[in-house]
Amino acid sequence: MSQQLALPEGEALRHNLQRRNRLARIWLVVFQASTIIGIIFLSALLYKVIIQSFGLVAIQNKVDPASLAIEGVPLEEQTREQLTETLRANVSKGLMRRFESEKPFEERTREEVYVLVLERVVEPKIMASWSLPDSLFRRAAIEAEVREKYPEAQLQFRSWLTAEFLRQPQSSKPELAGVRTAILGSLWTILITILVAFPVGVGAAIYLEEYASDNWFNRIIQTNINNLAGVPSIIYGMLGLALFVRGLEPLTSGKLFGTVDPTTANGRTIISAGLTLALLVLPLLIINAQEAIRAVPRSLRQASYGVGATQWQTIWHHVLPNALPGILTGTILSISRAIGETAPLVVVGASTFIALDPTGPFSKFTTLPIQIYQWTARPQAEFRNLAAAAILVLLVLLLSLNATAVLLRNRFSRRL
Amino acid sequence: MASEMAMERIVTSEKTINLRRRPRPGEALIQGFLFFCGAVSILTTLGIVYELGKEAWLFFGSPEVSLVDFFTKTRWQPTIGEFGIWPLVTATGMTTVIAMLVALPLGLAVAIYLSEYASARARSVLKPIMEVLAGIPTVVYGYFALTFMTPLLRSIFGRDVVEIYNTASAGLVMGILILPLVASMSEDALSAVPRALREAAYGLGATRFETAVKIVVPAALSGIGAAIIVAVSRAVGETMIVALAAGAGPAFTFNPFKAAETMTGHIVRISGGDLSYDSLDYNSLFAIGLLLFLITLALNIISQRVVRRFREVYE
Repeated sequence: MSQQLALPEGEALRHNLQRRNRLARIWLVVFQASTIIGIIFLSALLYKVIIQSFGLVAIQNKVDPASLAIEGVPLEEQTREQLTETLRANVSKGLMRRFESEKPFEERTREEVYVLVLERVVEPKIMASWSLPDSLFRRAAIEAEVREKYPEAQLQFRSWLTAEFLRQPQSSKPELAGVRTAILGSLWTILITILVAFPVGVGAAIYLEEYASDNWFNRIIQTNINNLAGVPSIIYGMLGLALFVRGLEPLTSGKLFGTVDPTTANGRTIISAGLTLALLVLPLLIINAQEAIRAVPRSLRQASYGVGATQWQTIWHHVLPNALPGILTGTILSISRAIGETAPLVVVGASTFIALDPTGPFSKFTTLPIQIYQWTARPQAEFRNLAAAAILVLLVLLLSLNATAVLLRNRFSRRL
Repeated sequence: MASEMAMERIVTSEKTINLRRRPRPGEALIQGFLFFCGAVSILTTLGIVYELGKEAWLFFGSPEVSLVDFFTKTRWQPTIGEFGIWPLVTATGMTTVIAMLVALPLGLAVAIYLSEYASARARSVLKPIMEVLAGIPTVVYGYFALTFMTPLLRSIFGRDVVEIYNTASAGLVMGILILPLVASMSEDALSAVPRALREAAYGLGATRFETAVKIVVPAALSGIGAAIIVAVSRAVGETMIVALAAGAGPAFTFNPFKAAETMTGHIVRISGGDLSYDSLDYNSLFAIGLLLFLITLALNIISQRVVRRFREVYE
């Protein structure tokens, strides 16, 4: 160094040091604040969902349920036959015939008839709904508002997330709608995704880690998997639409197996959705499984070869059991991503409205996130409440899945 | 044979001793299946390129569409045969820029805090929170944008200024969605910088902040750069937030408080409706999809290049 460094001394040094320390303190606050802002956003999100799931609603019945009592027996305690009579007395013959042809009344349970009576005769209608804080702190104002605007309506506290909500199928009436079809649709779709993605994903990981040599083709596979992990999910939806829904329609609509669902007759089925999601999670699953396999110590393999095992015997009896906890954890994480996916399934063609349970891989489908999307997109406030309750269901499902992943990992790693 | 080269070997100074027994006959079959599994990813890529390319080819081949108009016109109205991609691209650009304005500063600050300042206990609380944030489905963020962020913006800036659907709300919430991604990727890069570098800086009298910003961040720049590019790619491809909150109609505007439809939002809205195959509408979606795919692919490849090219290697 030819140049002499001019270092501050004495008063200048102290001044300089103070300035630098002040700067450091300010930035520490900035960094901490940023972290706190992130947490605030997460809390705001959860808060918003929760306050929308519970709160006051103003309900107006078309027919007062008390007037439907037969011989002093209130509606809630009537038998199936009594309920059927009530229904027959209050709806048109044509509608009755339609119910009969959908499913004969002899086969319907009491619960189902009761729901029909509520839906068609009592017709409770939610006129307005309020969020939880409003319901708690502005109760008087809300009561006044209801008296003025909806004199016949009753104000009651409603939890949108109830056991009924989980049991009821989709409905165009927010007070009766539930997520049963959506949950079943999600489970069917995920089942197919797992059945396809797990063996193929683990197989690919084994190939890449244990068999593949370092040649150009295998390098392309590896690079390609990394790139696929970054492709937007909606692109997979388009692939699914073109390939599974249109290209393989005879297969995905069930024609080849002679089990065509008369209401669909095209490829927009659960199996198309499941296969699309399988392609979507494959890259993630492969990368996770590769890491788990890579973590198995080399000495284990060499010991196995040393006693005369073949390569496959080594993989099957030693590498895989050791990598299993990691593979399972990675798989569950990938699957929980698939459960939350919405965009590709909209593109593949989820149904906008189905009230019947899916019966197999060739049924039309809707899933929980799609239900949330459709309810959120509707302008009425009641559907926002439904969406919030459905979000809670989805979050609980995802959290319990992730907890399972952690438990599995802990349990297996103890045993090994 | 590929497998031949990948055999486990014990390398002595002169020759290789292979202890492995010869494969049994059935194992060739298994190996074939495993190879097929690996090849599925290639087939997926080929499938994407082929299907998007085929439909996009049909789209550009139709007499109503010209490639020049596609890239120069600023109106996208399939009903009257106007196919100019720009309104969709500008909307995508706007939501992406707004998301980055939120996610980059916050994400980097969180990463620096986690890797340079936070105690082990604080980290053990904060990292799971970030993972939870990252694991929430995007449709939930869409709900959040529509029911929380939009009313918030409208109460701040006035109902006349901010429309019910607007790109600002979608972009801000998208920023929150991407924050954990930026934070965790950058934190990985920062943590990989060797301790010795920090100790040296402290030894010269640097403050913690100076060490973080002048030593650690530059040393981890390749990883941070990669994180930023991946974040941009994620924002461009993000769908549900914009589908719910940004608007349902292409509009050529640079006002973030006005409704506009992004490329992904348009694809979801059109394909969610009644769409007949082999129509120009259907083909146009694949043209948009192809453009989207190429943009994100390019970003991902650049990010991998950045990591490889600019990585500082420490002993």
